Amino acid sequence: MKFINEANITFPSNSSNESFARMSVAAFVSQLDPTVEELAEIKTMVSEAVTNCVVHAYENTIGLVRIRVQISDSRAVRITVKDTGKGIEDVETAKQPCFTTGSEDRAGMGFTIMESFSDKLRVKSAPGRGTSVIMEKKIIKRG
Amino acid sequence: MLSYSVDDDILTVFIKGELDHHTSSGLREETDKLIDRFSPIKTILDFKNVTFCDSSGIAFVLGRYKRMTAGGGILELTRLPRQVATIFDLANLGSLIRIT
Repeated sequence: MKFINEANITFPSNSSNESFARMSVAAFVSQLDPTVEELAEIKTMVSEAVTNCVVHAYENTIGLVRIRVQISDSRAVRITVKDTGKGIEDVETAKQPCFTTGSEDRAGMGFTIMESFSDKLRVKSAPGRGTSVIMEKKIIKRG
Repeated sequence: MLSYSVDDDILTVFIKGELDHHTSSGLREETDKLIDRFSPIKTILDFKNVTFCDSSGIAFVLGRYKRMTAGGGILELTRLPRQVATIFDLANLGSLIRIT
């Protein structure tokens, strides 16, 4: 895949930055003229990935969340959300619908939503070494 | 983030704005306070003015559902914008909760 444009965003894992993160990625992706639905899906994917950093990776501490958004020459968007937090012991279990190690105000649906809305999702993680979530989604050309 | 009306033991909560992990804790507290105060038979959550919702919204709804049904009450959802309906469909909330 040949990338022709990219943006990098780094911010502390304050929950107030969840909105900033999804809006920033959506703003960058807007150059591909996505539909309202595509943009809503991208915002939701980013929101879930960033919330995982806030709630799980850094728990009650604050660490840095790094997002890289890349656009390819074939209109694919690759979004990488990276933290250096506690990592995931068993990625396959974490991805199961309704699985959560969070409190009862978490639904355990984050990975299910990210998988549903992206064309491709990869998770790289190791305990104590942080997590990278890499999501790809093609924006269909219209008109 | 919310306003409400009470009519004949029915509490309707009108939610406004973006529903994510950051905003859901305040919304949860305020909604639960209203449920405690009015002890409604039915609580209706109105999503018409919700502009964004992620999985935090699913947890918010499920938590209120458990709270209402634990006391023998009913929870209903109404006027879901398309983005909200898509998220709730992924969790199959419609199999548990009436959506109008």
